[in-house]
Order: sequence, then C-alpha cells, then structure tokens
Amino acid sequence: MAASNQFMLAWVFAGALASSAQAATLRVAPGADAQERLQTALLDAKPGDTVALDAGKFSFTDGLSLDIDNVTVTGAGQDKTVLSFAGQKGAGEGLLITSDGVTVRDLTVQDTKGDGLKSKGADRISFVSVTVEWTGGPKETNGAYGVYPVSSTNVLIDKVTVRGASDAGIYVGQSKNIIVRNSRAEFNVAGIEIENSTNADVFDNVATHNTGGILVFDLPGLPVMGGHSTRIFRNQVVDNDTANFAPKGNIVASVPVGVGVMLMANRDVHVFDNAISGNQTSAVMLISFSRSFDDKAYNPLPRDIVVRDNRIGRNGWLPALPGGKELASAMGGSAPPVMWDGVTAYATPGPVPRLYLKDGPVLNLNLTAPGALETARPSVSATLGSPGLAEPPPVVLPASQDKPVA
Amino acid sequence: MRRWAVLLFAALSLGAARPAPPVNLAALLAETPAPSLDAYGLFTDAGARTPNPALTPYALNTPLFSDYAEKSRFVFLPPGTKATYTPTGAFAFPVGATLVKTFAYPADLRKPAARLKLIETRLLIRKAQGWVALTYVWNDAQSQAVLKRGGVRLPVSVIDRAGKPLTIDYAVPNANQCKECHSLSGELSPIGPSARNLNGDLTYSSGSENQLAHWTKAGLLSGAPAPGAAPRTAVWTDTKAPLSDRARAYLDANCGHCHNPLGMASNSGLFLNLEEEDPAKQGILRRPVAAGRGSGGLEFDIDPGRPETSILLHRMNSVEPGVMMPELGRSLVDEDGVALVRDYLRSLPASR
Repeated sequence: MAASNQFMLAWVFAGALASSAQAATLRVAPGADAQERLQTALLDAKPGDTVALDAGKFSFTDGLSLDIDNVTVTGAGQDKTVLSFAGQKGAGEGLLITSDGVTVRDLTVQDTKGDGLKSKGADRISFVSVTVEWTGGPKETNGAYGVYPVSSTNVLIDKVTVRGASDAGIYVGQSKNIIVRNSRAEFNVAGIEIENSTNADVFDNVATHNTGGILVFDLPGLPVMGGHSTRIFRNQVVDNDTANFAPKGNIVASVPVGVGVMLMANRDVHVFDNAISGNQTSAVMLISFSRSFDDKAYNPLPRDIVVRDNRIGRNGWLPALPGGKELASAMGGSAPPVMWDGVTAYATPGPVPRLYLKDGPVLNLNLTAPGALETARPSVSATLGSPGLAEPPPVVLPASQDKPVA
Repeated sequence: MRRWAVLLFAALSLGAARPAPPVNLAALLAETPAPSLDAYGLFTDAGARTPNPALTPYALNTPLFSDYAEKSRFVFLPPGTKATYTPTGAFAFPVGATLVKTFAYPADLRKPAARLKLIETRLLIRKAQGWVALTYVWNDAQSQAVLKRGGVRLPVSVIDRAGKPLTIDYAVPNANQCKECHSLSGELSPIGPSARNLNGDLTYSSGSENQLAHWTKAGLLSGAPAPGAAPRTAVWTDTKAPLSDRARAYLDANCGHCHNPLGMASNSGLFLNLEEEDPAKQGILRRPVAAGRGSGGLEFDIDPGRPETSILLHRMNSVEPGVMMPELGRSLVDEDGVALVRDYLRSLPASR
C-alpha cells in the first residue's frame, strides 16, 4: 500500500506541475463592450494567467478590478495600449487590485475620475512600465493618486510615469517593503510620496515640475502609523515649479511650490546622492506635523534624518513661505538649500531628534513648537548634527517578484 | 421594501395549491454557477414573482440606498440547518445558505409597489470555502434572468418623486464590486442579516412578528436572545427615534460596510459603522487623508454644527465619480438621506 500511495503522490504532483505550467493568456482587444470583456477576463483568469490587452485605445465607463492571485495584466507597450477613463461614470479608481502576486505592466491609464491604479491589501504588487496621466494638464479636478498601493506589502514601482495627479503621482501609503525606481513623476502636486510606510527605497527616479518632488510623511489617526526607514538616493529632483493645485483639505495642499524633498514626522530617512536643483523654496525641508492631533502614539517630529552627499544646485531663491522673499534677500539672494523647522519637543516628552544634515548651508528656524512660525529665530550653519546614524538596510523584494540588484 | 415582500406573499398564499419542487441545493453549491436563475428553483415561476416556500422573506431596519430601487430579500437555508446568532456582524450561516435579493423599479417612484419591473437578482451563496456572489439580470420580457459576471449599465426609465420622467443609469455590479462592499478582511461576507438590522417586525403570511423571534420559531436561527435583549439598529425613517440614532443607522448602512476597520476603506481611518465609539474615527474634526478632490476644498470629514463645511455631506451630495460616496451602488443623490445627515451634523455641538 505504501508503494502504491507513493505512486499516487507522484502522479498527483506531476498533475499539479502540469496544470501550473499551463498558464493561459486571455487576450482582450479594444472596441465595443471592452468594459465587460476585460472585466470578465479579469474575473475568469486563474492564478498564473496573463490578461493581455492588445495595442489600441480602450474606453471604459466604470472602474475595473482584479481579485485573483498571481495574475499579470499587460498591454502591448507603455505607449501602445491606452486605457481611457474619460467617460467614467462610477468607481473610485481605474483599476483596483485586491489580490497578491499581481503585476500590471506595459500600458497607459488616462483620465480616471478618481485614482489611477490602486492596490489595497495586496502582497507582491508590481507596477512596471506603466503610465498614468491626466491629459488636461495639472487641474484640481484630476484624480488624487496615479499609482496608489495602500495597505500593501512588497511593492515594486519600476519605469512608471505619472503626470497630473492632484495629490501625489506615485503614492505609497500604509505599506511596507517598497521599491520605487527608474520612474518619472511630473506635473503632480507631489511627485513621489511615501506615507505611513516602512522600509522604502526610492532611487534613480526623476521628479520634476511637481509642486514638491519627493515627500516622506507620517500622519496621525491612521490604522498604520509610525513610518520609518526610507532611503532616497540617485534621484533627479529638479525644477519642481508647478503651483499647488491640490484641493484644500488635503495635507499636500500645504506643500509650498518648489520643494525638492520634504520630510515630515518620519524617522530613519536618508537622503543622499541625489541631484537637487531648480526648486524655489528649498532643496530639502524637514518639518514637523503642525496640525492638532490627539493620537498619543503619534510623533510629529522628523528624527534620525541624514542628508548627505547630494549635488545641490540653485534652490531657495524665492521660498513660497510667509516672509520667504525677505528671508532670501536677507540671506544674500537665496535661502540655504536645507531647511529644518528646528522643533525639538512636542506634548509627549522624548529625546531631542537626531539629525545629520551634512549638505548645507542649513537654515534652522528654531521654532519652539510645530508650526509656530511666529517664534522663528533663524540661524544658519554650514552643516548640522553629526554622523553616526545607521542607514536602513537595502530593501529586498521576494525573488519571485524582483531579481536582486547585483 | 417590506411592502413588496408582503405582496409576494399574498401571491404565494393564493398559489399554494400545488406543492413546489424543492430548491436545487446541488445547483447552488455547484462549482460552475447556473447560467440562468430558474435553475436554482428559488422561485416557483419563471418571472420570480412567487418565492419557493422554503424561502423566508426578511427586511432590514435601515437598508442601503440603491437609486430608489425596491429590494426584496429572502433567505434560504438547507433543510435541517440553522444560522447561528452573533450579537455583532452577520449571523454565521451554514453551507448552502443563500441570500436572495431582487432589485426592481416601479413605473412611478410615487407608487413603489405598482408595476414593478425586475432589474437583477443577486445571490450570496455560502459554500464550503466561503461566500460567493452572483448576479442575474432580467430580460425585458421579465421571463428570464441570466448570469452577468462582468457588470453592466442599464438605463431605467421611471417617473420620479416629483412626477417628472427620469432615466436612471443603473449599474449592475461586477463580481469584484460585490466584494468591494461585501468584504471583511478581504473575505466576501453578507452585510444585511445581522442581529441589529433584523431586530424589527415584518408582516408574514401568518401575521406581524419580530424577525429574530420568527427565525428562531421557524428553526432558522439558534442562540438568539429575546428581541428586547438583542441589539437593534434604528429605522432611519422613524421620526420618533432620536435623530442621532437614525443618522448613525443611515451612515452604518450606507457607508459602514466599507468604512469599518475590516472593510475596503479601512485605510481611511474613517469608521462609520455603528460599533465605532471614537468621535475622531467617526469623522468629527477629522482631516481627510486620501480624499483628493473628494474633499471639495473642505477641511474636515465632519465639521460639527456645520453640515455645509463637512466633507461627508459634500460627498453624499455629489454624483461625480471620484467625489461621490458611496463609490458604488448609486448614480443619484439620496435626498432624504442627505437631509437626515444634514440635520444630524447641524445638531452636533460646534467646537470651534
């Protein structure tokens, strides 16, 4: 019996292997009923399958969604397959992904009424060679986020372009283990934003013509809080010069135009080897969260921050802050490129934030409390703080999702 | 609506001469869904006007607004099985349990029980591995409902409540959209049949009775306390109930299925389910996180005492995708719901 059982087992395993090797490709062409045909393919796909969209323009009236693990959704090319949501009548995003192991690649998403591509609660989610754009240019009525993984784990954003988002082009929220690379964010309010997330590597990207280039924030009152450990390196953060067009009420509506990198209420953030220039307010801004909150677990201060070895060009010539013009002229034509609000304490007692701002000069506003601009006693130093803050380790995604960088 | 269930039951008692064939449990539990609704035997006529006697109608104290569609609800349990009472959330249902909900429009919204045209019948089937959602769309002849997995928009023409012609851009959800609302920690789950939303009277063919008591007596439910000892969601249209109870019940039914700690909108941190007790999580002086243009340029989800500057009401009052809430299930503004929530927000003490 034992031998027979073993034989059965081998047979079953062979069968399982055979079936997993028979991954199918479900092709979808543009044209009439594309909504129902594509959505049906997204429902019919089995784990391992590919849903392949032909070249051409698809027009949708509603959001699409995928809830099956290990499915790849691919177009014929980032500039060849276009999913237009200009006629969208419902749903909060273009494509919503709620399953694990999904890759979306080689297509363009246009003019969604809400967010572009969203994943919620997904593990191993990859967005590769996709464009999300609002074709009417920067407008308050554009959707909030272009590429939007939230509450997700193991996030890969590679060779993505986002333009026109009224909040953040590439936005990763309440997630962990994140890589954003080789991507381009332009004409958004925030180019790339990492929020309430841990372990993110943001590198080899271009953030240009946004209001703010790259933001790392932590906000109170959310299910996932206490974001930390982000590395921002080898990015070009240049000419972020689009007036803020975010609808009021959203946190990014308070980002002044012309900020390269903005760090708020987060810890263990290292900014290095970036090229940062052409940003009228500041190259790198460190600020505390200044709105009221009653979340005892929340720390509103940026802390354990390193800014080093960036190539910092012309920045800060007209800070879009109260008294910014006067500040620039008092400092000889432009404000120092690295700015810290100088807040070292808030309601809950704790250690003084550790910073190493090697790139300078550094403007310390010496505020006595978050947002208390009336208490400013600006001082300038060549650098601020001292080395010794450990850099977060590189983010490594599962091998099935991403080949480790040599 | 309750009215409609009563009508169906009047029809049932008239046509009760011949015994109906049993519900086709094998079809309900089959891996491949039946291509048309009649295969399940949930109704004894092709037009689904007469439910199988094995079905029990139910109604919710406060339901979801669905573009003024009339909804009939039935539960089917396999013979000899019972649901298990739980004080919070939907009851625990046995394998084979099926919730049957039909959406229909009257020709004239002012006469909600007259000349009903069926649009779709949705099934939630409890299988061994979990719940499955299916929707069947009715043909114009009202003779057959066929499976529709990918969703579809159907224009529905009615006379509106003001007596004017209205075309409703009715959206039949796709199978994933069913789950976007019916989701608890990523698993499909019923919403309606909970202790507190069933804890009210319904007119059965045998007369009016509390639903929890009726389910217990009929052998459909085990473990339920007396209705007076069970939680109860207010009836949102009951003007004798306190305003806050009615408004919170409305928000629970219309928003709380996503906006709860285990729902699709968990990441928002805005929780509108009745169980939420923290005013900040209910939205009071809460700033938006990912609202985008949904904020309407306003600062707070709920600005107490000031409905006109509350994002929550702004989004209820919109039909613009990307702004409107809920995101799915309506294309019209629920004017009565907006009025109720507006009164409630105005009643909250202003703190600034």
